[in-house]
Amino acid sequence: MVLDILNLAADNLLSPIILCFVLGLAAALARSDLSVPEAAAKALSIYLLFAIGFKGGASVAAHGLDARLLASVGVGLVLSFGLPFVAFALLRVMTGLSRIDAAAVAAHYGSISIVTFVAATSVLEGRAISSEGYMVAVAAAMEAPAILSGLWLASRGGTGHSEPGLMREILLNGSIVLLLGSFAIGAITGAEGLERISSFIVSPFQGVLCLFLLDMGLVAGRGLREQRGVLGLGAVGFGVLMPLIGATAGLGMGLLVGLSTGGVALMMVLAASASYIAVPAAMRVALPEANPSVYLTLSLGVTFPFNLTLGIPIYVAVAQTVTGGS
Amino acid sequence: MQTHTAKRVEIVIEAPLERRLTDALVKAGVTGYTVLPVLGGSGRSGQWTREGQVGRSGMVAVICLIRPDRLDGLLEAAFGVVERHIGVVSITDCEVLRAERF
Repeated sequence: MVLDILNLAADNLLSPIILCFVLGLAAALARSDLSVPEAAAKALSIYLLFAIGFKGGASVAAHGLDARLLASVGVGLVLSFGLPFVAFALLRVMTGLSRIDAAAVAAHYGSISIVTFVAATSVLEGRAISSEGYMVAVAAAMEAPAILSGLWLASRGGTGHSEPGLMREILLNGSIVLLLGSFAIGAITGAEGLERISSFIVSPFQGVLCLFLLDMGLVAGRGLREQRGVLGLGAVGFGVLMPLIGATAGLGMGLLVGLSTGGVALMMVLAASASYIAVPAAMRVALPEANPSVYLTLSLGVTFPFNLTLGIPIYVAVAQTVTGGS
Repeated sequence: MQTHTAKRVEIVIEAPLERRLTDALVKAGVTGYTVLPVLGGSGRSGQWTREGQVGRSGMVAVICLIRPDRLDGLLEAAFGVVERHIGVVSITDCEVLRAERF
């Protein structure tokens, strides 16, 4: 299995999407003026969310719904609610972070990174490993519960307060609405609908993902450059260890539900990834005392690159070995 | 041309708080405001830039022009939102042409 992981990691590291991420990271660290305008970055993310949601919906239309969909969403919710507690306990042991900062970071690690999920689906497609289309719905379901766990952990220390309208904002945030909306459209229109727009959402997908990861590399590199010294060794160690713990939990849940090899790998990726879009915005509203430099640098500067380069190959290889799939 | 004294209040605040701030201002009787994107900056919380961001992140500037006698009400409303968050509130004297609009 180690050889499989190394082969997959080598393939992954030399893929265009990872090299684009590395280019962005290196350019930002070298203080290049290369940048992707905010509006362009948002347009790229809208395209990716729409494409991944639509393809997931079309896949469900082709293969039909089964009880595993509900079970998968259920275990996704359990993971999202539960992982922040594991992360919080680890952070209190491994780092000197305050309760508030630890709770805010923990919320990020229960939620998910949709870009990591998209990159993982791209790796699976490249290796002709199929997965359940409804994993998109699981991803959407896992965005928000971790925020509640993080706020509860913070409130135990007497900080954090319920912010009117926060839950509505979280549940109706743009990425969840677009992901679930395009998933529904894909499920309604099925293979015929996909065929009609495949020249838009299938062929250009890899190229758009490359540009988006270039931008993510730039943002991550800028964060690392400007916030160096914010994270201690313990926190960096947490940023690498926690995804592995999350992936292990995802593996168990994926097997429990009876997902395919690709589905198990995606469940591992979802549980291993950390949010850097939805949760930071929620934390700024509900937990402003927490230091955004800590959770953003950890999530985007440590865990995201780890998952993208080494994590995904590990999760895919483990899923293949455990399920016996190829 | 006849001009009238007014106060220009500029509140730079985190983007996720924008709606809460503008709602509080409207509740406090402010009849108009302007929201501007902020490209980037640096302060006690470190450097940041809007470039490449995809979430509701970064800062926005909310600008209000009001009659001087309404300043305290506006500041109380704004401070209720801004107090716990990263941001800057500044007030400058200015002149407007049509006093009845403020």
